[in-house]
This record gives sequence, C-alpha cells and structure tokens, in this order.
Amino acid sequence: MSATGVKAERRAGWLFSAPALLAIALFFVLPTIASLALSLTDFDIYALADIRNLRFVGLDNYAELLADPLFWTALGNTLWFVVLGVPLVLVVSLAAALLVNERMVAWRPVWRVAFFAPYVATLVAAAVVWKYLLHTRYGLVNYVFGTLGLPTVDWLGDPHWAIPAITLFVVWKSFGYAMLIFLAALQTVPRDLVEAARIDGAGWWSRLRHVTLPALAPAAGLVTILTVIAMFQLFAEPYVMTEGGPAQSTITVLYLMFEEGFQWWNLGTGAAVAVVLFVCILAAALLPALAMRLLRVCRS
Amino acid sequence: MTAGRAITALAALFAAITLAPLLWMVSVSLMQPGEAGQFPPPLIPADPTLANYHELFAAQGMGVFLGNSLLVSTLATLLALLFTLPAGYAFAKLRFRGRTATVQTLLALLLIPGQIGMLPLFLELKAIGLVNSYAGVLIPWLAGIIGIFLVRQYALSIPDELLEAARIDGASEWDMFRHVVLPILRPAIATLALFVFLGSWNDFMWPLIVLSDQDLYTLPVALASLGRERAQDIELMMAGSVVTTVPVLLLFLALQRQFIGGLLAGSVKG
Repeated sequence: MSATGVKAERRAGWLFSAPALLAIALFFVLPTIASLALSLTDFDIYALADIRNLRFVGLDNYAELLADPLFWTALGNTLWFVVLGVPLVLVVSLAAALLVNERMVAWRPVWRVAFFAPYVATLVAAAVVWKYLLHTRYGLVNYVFGTLGLPTVDWLGDPHWAIPAITLFVVWKSFGYAMLIFLAALQTVPRDLVEAARIDGAGWWSRLRHVTLPALAPAAGLVTILTVIAMFQLFAEPYVMTEGGPAQSTITVLYLMFEEGFQWWNLGTGAAVAVVLFVCILAAALLPALAMRLLRVCRS
Repeated sequence: MTAGRAITALAALFAAITLAPLLWMVSVSLMQPGEAGQFPPPLIPADPTLANYHELFAAQGMGVFLGNSLLVSTLATLLALLFTLPAGYAFAKLRFRGRTATVQTLLALLLIPGQIGMLPLFLELKAIGLVNSYAGVLIPWLAGIIGIFLVRQYALSIPDELLEAARIDGASEWDMFRHVVLPILRPAIATLALFVFLGSWNDFMWPLIVLSDQDLYTLPVALASLGRERAQDIELMMAGSVVTTVPVLLLFLALQRQFIGGLLAGSVKG
C-alpha cells in the first residue's frame, strides 16, 4: 500500500471521529469536570446574574450537605429504593425470562413483546398512569386488594408506602430489559446439559437449581449492577408521582440535585450533590468486580 | 400437553398483568369526564367518547407538543447518526495514531452518567445562548458514546479485504465510507436510529431543565406540567398519556424484532 494511502487513511480516521470527539469533549467531559470545580464554589443566583459574585469556598458545600438532614433523607430513600427494587427486578425478570425461554410455552414471541412493552413506554406517561392506578379510593390496585380481602393502602400518600409503591412502578417499567439480559444468558446454557440432567432423573426444580441458575450468575450480577445504577438515577418517577413527598419521603439524590440546582439556583450545592451521586454510581459499578478479585486473591 | 397448557396460561396471566396499566390507560381515556372517579372503578367506558382528546388538542395545545416532540426526536436521530456513524466506523476500521487510547478512554467514560454534568452544561449553554431552544435540548445527543460503540461493534465485521480492494481501485476514504461502508452498516443504522428516536422522545429531565417556554415543550414535559394543573381530571390525563406514549409503543411493535435483536446482540457481546 502506498504511503499517500496510509496518510489518507490516517487523516480520515481523525476527520471522521473529530466531530463526535469534539462534541463529547465540549458537552460531556468538560461539564463533568466542571461539576467538580463548581462544587467548590458558592455559585448561586447572584453569581448567575454577575459572575463577580462567585467565591471559592473549598469543601464548604460538602460540609453543609453532610450536616443537612434532607441530604441524608435523600440518600436513605435512594438506598431503600435499591434494597427493595434489586431483588424484585431480579425475581420478576428471571421468572419472565424462564417463561419466555420454556419450549413448552406457546406463542413465546407474543409474551416477550408484552413483557418488554413497559420498558419502551414513555416514562412520564406511565408514571401518570400508575399515579392513578395507585389512587387510594379510585385506584385499580386498591380495588383488587379489596376484592382479595387484603387491607387497602394509601400508596402515594403514606410516607411509609410511597417508596414501595414507586418501586413497584419502577420494577414494572424496567423488568423487561433485565429479562432480555437473562434471555441472552439462557441461550448460552447448553441444552445437552439440561437434557442429561433430565435423563438422570433431575426434576424441573433441581435442573433449574443445579444447571440453569449457576449458568445465569454472571447475568444476575450484571442485572444487579445496572438496577442499582438505575435506582440512583430515579428522578421523573418521584417528580411526577409524588413531587418528592409526602413529607419528603420520596426525595432521591438526583431529585435533590435538581431542586438545589434548578429550583433554588444553588448550583454550587447542586454540583456537590452531583459529585456524591457520581461516587455512589462509580462504587456500584466497580466495587463488585473489585470484591471478586479480592476474593480470588484470598482464595489462591 | 396439559403441563404445556398450564404454563402457557401462566405466561398469559403474567402478560395480562404487565399490559393491564397500558390497556387501562386507553380505556379510561375514552370515558366521559368524571366517569373513572367512581367506586368500584369502571374498566370499560359505558359510553365511549373522544371528548378528552378533543379538549387536549383544542384547548390544551397538544398538537403543538406532538409536533415539537416529532421535530426534536427526528432532529436528534439525524444528528446522532451524522456524528456517530463516521466515528464508529473510524474506531473500528481506520488505522490512525491514538485510536486505541481514544477507544479505551471512551469506554471508561461510559461509566459516567450524563446527569453529573447537567448543571455546568446548563451554564455552558446559557453562555452561548442555547438555553430555552431546541439546540439546547439536542446537544447531549451529539455526544452519545454508546451509539459509537454500537456502530463500531457492527463495523468490526466488515472484511478488511473489501476496504483494501476499494483503496487499490483508487476510491477516496470518503467515497468508501459513502458507497461501501454505509450500505453494509444499514442494520446498525436502523438500530441506532430507533434507539435515539425512542430515547429522545421519552427523555424528560434535560428538556425540563432547558425549556422554559411552554410553546417549546415536548410531550413528556407538557404532560407532567398538565398533571400538576389538572390532577383531578383522570380521563383527560389518560388521553394525554395515550398521545404521549402510543406513538413509541406502535413504533416498537412495528420494529420489535430489530429492537429486541439489537439489545440481545449488545448484551451477549457486552
């Protein structure tokens, strides 16, 4: 190949990727780094009007956050979403995947599309629908509870029930995606192995327990990490369904960032919340892999 | 056989529960104003009406929001393709210095959620005068790293011999991209276009932050704002939800093979 050809290819490589790289640098990397810088200032509505009002305050924003009960409420709420949501998403999506993967089931593609539909639905519209489904008096959920003889609940009006109620909605909305991850993993479970277990007399449950589930462990890990990250990014759900209430019982970390930054224009404090959020998400993404590596090192 | 039928019934029941909220939304949107606020809650409209839709479009300006959403999502899709396709191809097939390091950096950046930089990005757009405009809403779609990797993954399968043959025939790098690469990438283009269109249609937080003029609202922002004013009008809100979400649900139904296939391929490799 000629030298000019190599040169042309090299130049094309940069020219083709330059627009995207420039956009990523300007509108993604720069703001992310600037968030860190912004969190060390007292940027507020006065600085927004005149930048000369801006002062460097060091870690004051973080100190204030740690002293703010609302921050701990938001963090606690988010963790509560994680604790409730992760096992539910795992169980529901795994059940859906096993059903759709079972060869005895008829019309499997139909069920797959049905299970996936909520994931595609517009989040705000679905949240509006669920807000009415969960209505204390006229909601379908309480009606079904009543006919089954279960106690009815003021789902979105009771501070103890608002998070479980929104979690229910989030699980409904997102299990289809987790189901796809399990379905992809199920394709890698060797049919021979399942058949061999069947011939050896293993029943449905023991085949699931000893052959299928172990093969799904990595997928379950991935679903767990993705769900934890998604739970840290809840915003539209409480914004539409409860506006963070009742009694701030559904304020999430991202909601707090939105309120501090765009409602009260405390951009310095808001940026500090964003940095905390980033640390949490990074920990959720990296800690499992780190723990696994440590475990392996300890064992060997 | 009976076991098969029983487990099929189980799947059908599970699917019915999953779809119930969406079906209920459509049903209530066709009820007379006030009809859904009864006990026991009615499932089927006694006397179906389009009055709620009429009010949405005639009095609440839903037509404008629908047009806004169509415009924003179409532009987001076109822009994302324009920025992502050449980059994804370059990272897969063109040999240039710094490529490996750039790809690794981009992979690491995938860990950073977009919300982290939202406050500074807002200030940045304010400084260049793009706040309260569609340009401001569209900007994050230019910087879609996942899309680049989707295209790159697909472009990796293009045989090098094909590109070398075109080069020996004297094709310029741009001609090759236009006439050899893009036709091969067609499935990836369709998948990416679908994802970006749905993603930008459903997007809420960023348009909520950037847009302050009500005339510019996209459907989700308009619906959330309507929900705060007209919370008592269940039937009207359900009609608004139908208008907001049914277009993307239909798009998904029409292209579901591609959609689910694209996601499955991604998660198998990733």
